[in-house]
Amino acid sequence: MKKEIIPSLLLTVVCIVFFSGVYPILMWGIAQVAPNNGEGFVIKDAKGKYYYENIGQKFSDDKFFWSRPSAVGYAANGSGGSNKGPDNPDYLVGVKAAIDSFMLHNPGINKADIPSDMVTSSGSGLDPHISVEGAEIQVARIAKVRGLDKSKVEALVKAHVDGPMLGMGPERVNVLKLNIDLDAMK
Amino acid sequence: MNSQILGVVVMFVATLLLAVPLGRYIAKVYSGQRVWTDIIFNPIEKLFFKISRINPAIEMGWKQSLVALLTINLVWFLWVMFCLLNQSWLPMNPDHNPNMTPDLAWNTAISFLVNCNLQDYSGETGVSYFSQVFGLMFLQFVSAGTGMAAAAVVFNALRDRTTDQLGNFYNYFLRSCTRILLPVCILVASIHLFEGTPMTFKGIDTLTSVQGDTMHVSRGPVAAFVAIKHVGTNGGGFFGANSAHPFENPTYLSNIVQMIAQILIPFAMVFAFGFYCNKRRLAWVFWGVMTTGFLILVVPTIIAEVNGNPYLAQMGIAQPGGNMEGKEVRFGAMASAFWSIATTVISTGSVNAMHDSFMPVSGMNMMLGMMINSFYGGVGVGFLNFFIYVILAVFIGGLMVGRTPEFGGKKIEAREMKIAMIIALFHPFLILVGTAVASYLAAHDTNMGWWFADAAGKHNASGWLNNPGHHGFSEMLYQYTSCSANNGSGFEGLADNNPFWNISAGIVLLFSRFLPIIGPVAIAGLIAGKKFIPASSGTLKTDTGTFGLLVFAVKVIIAALAFFPALALGPIAEWMKMH
Repeated sequence: MKKEIIPSLLLTVVCIVFFSGVYPILMWGIAQVAPNNGEGFVIKDAKGKYYYENIGQKFSDDKFFWSRPSAVGYAANGSGGSNKGPDNPDYLVGVKAAIDSFMLHNPGINKADIPSDMVTSSGSGLDPHISVEGAEIQVARIAKVRGLDKSKVEALVKAHVDGPMLGMGPERVNVLKLNIDLDAMK
Repeated sequence: MNSQILGVVVMFVATLLLAVPLGRYIAKVYSGQRVWTDIIFNPIEKLFFKISRINPAIEMGWKQSLVALLTINLVWFLWVMFCLLNQSWLPMNPDHNPNMTPDLAWNTAISFLVNCNLQDYSGETGVSYFSQVFGLMFLQFVSAGTGMAAAAVVFNALRDRTTDQLGNFYNYFLRSCTRILLPVCILVASIHLFEGTPMTFKGIDTLTSVQGDTMHVSRGPVAAFVAIKHVGTNGGGFFGANSAHPFENPTYLSNIVQMIAQILIPFAMVFAFGFYCNKRRLAWVFWGVMTTGFLILVVPTIIAEVNGNPYLAQMGIAQPGGNMEGKEVRFGAMASAFWSIATTVISTGSVNAMHDSFMPVSGMNMMLGMMINSFYGGVGVGFLNFFIYVILAVFIGGLMVGRTPEFGGKKIEAREMKIAMIIALFHPFLILVGTAVASYLAAHDTNMGWWFADAAGKHNASGWLNNPGHHGFSEMLYQYTSCSANNGSGFEGLADNNPFWNISAGIVLLFSRFLPIIGPVAIAGLIAGKKFIPASSGTLKTDTGTFGLLVFAVKVIIAALAFFPALALGPIAEWMKMH
């Protein structure tokens, strides 16, 4: 064992320099040619304010398309899920309350049309997306609150549906982008 | 739905197509043949060995290899403990995160040292960038390299010859890191940069949301970290939500890349064994056994998650996306279900959805993946675990045909069998004893004193559960299973950042990492020294489907006998309650 101590120490030092020094610096260098220099993709609204396109925001106001419930209240410095088990009574009460609140704010909708993603919290608590069904079911409310033509809002949602990537993966709507463009609508 | 099935199939097939050539490359790297990366890494490695006063040409026996392995691991442990306990004043801490408590640092340092990622902290608030990059990311490289080097020693021992010279451990280790892990990481990290993963040393950004709320957005050098986290099957997330976090895993494409990155080397190591030892057929038999087990676990999980939660169905809402609690819309239930099994059969332990909120069938399959721990398994160590089952199967097969058990032309005798049995039984022992103690304490609601306090400051042991009933039991069972498999994923509802869980998990982690490395290396070393007997008509052929079936049966029997009672109390009871 004694014989191995010095080589182990020295090899550790060079490995730290190489894997924790050279490698991240190399990646940081490549990041400088990536969009927004590797500081996270941003998107600007009409007033020039920027937001992180991938970081979901809390939308609970009736005039915006709602985002999903979040166990951490969309705290982008403390991500996490609810970690509630599927048969936890507290959890089921919470889902029920979310359904009731959703029904209350979207009068006239059919309960059987509410997709589960609108009443369950995401794994990160920062999910930037909702399902297409989740966006469509809110169209009537948005049109009413904003005094917009329903068909126009519908068309806006359609334009914001991200299809599967090369035929793979689910369809989804980025709520942040949708709401920014909604705000820009006259 | 079809688009989601296609996504899952593409992930699996692409991994296989990449793994075969990578396996050939790995075999060449370990046998010292010329490879295209020589031009870059020959001078670098030469310099590193010169500085470290190591002559990579000097061969070691199996004992010396193990001594070198354990010594260098001890050095790494001390270094990372230092980082974690002093991060508040060390550089690169823009968010002013505090030092870790000693029990949390113990747990975290061990966890990453053993290529596990039992993160009892949250990345945003628990560690500085210095600790992330110089402590944890460093360990993600070298702990993966350690496992691969140990596997390389075993490969070397299983060649058709008699020797006690099994190559140079340091050489295997460094080559694994530089020539195998690093190039794949650079590729994976680069793709992530263009998908939206940050790679910056700037701290939290504060802005106002569209709705007018103040937001604090954590960032960091994520892309470099997330690449080695998967390529080295460590799985430790940069952020608390791991690969569910939209910076850490921004798109469906990044999800595919991360999935391929984590299964790639476990696949490739099996093929590398085939190329290295010239036992290609046997390698395919091994891979077939592993894949059979993987598919048996993954298909029911996908079905359970896509079907959704029966209780939510009763409430009268639609579940077009399946069970979405704890899942991200951009991945969907199917890719998350696939991930949950992939990450548990290999020892990654990263998550792209919260396992605690999965259906009971899925939870059980994740635990089974970790209980068997060798349907692929982690980089290097997965093969070592599998090797133990092979030895057991050879022994049982030998008894059946009435001959001394042999593997690769070498006799398997009492000493090897004893080691194999100890290793095979130690895993259930650690899991079941740990769970028994924890559930006893929780059931009696013991006052834990210094060992545990919940958020409200109460010391009652039941306070560490986030869910009642059978699911609560599963949280504790999952935790020790995850530790003993060096996996690191969790039913994260469990309140595990306290001395009781930090310390007990740390102890389980240490044992369950190093014994399953020492055991197989010792067996292989002993076998290597034995006389080579050419195959005769009475030899039990190992490169056949029949032998594959035997290995599979041995795994199933051991896992079923050891774990069925515990699973019956947890996920099985929960399933029966729900249906």
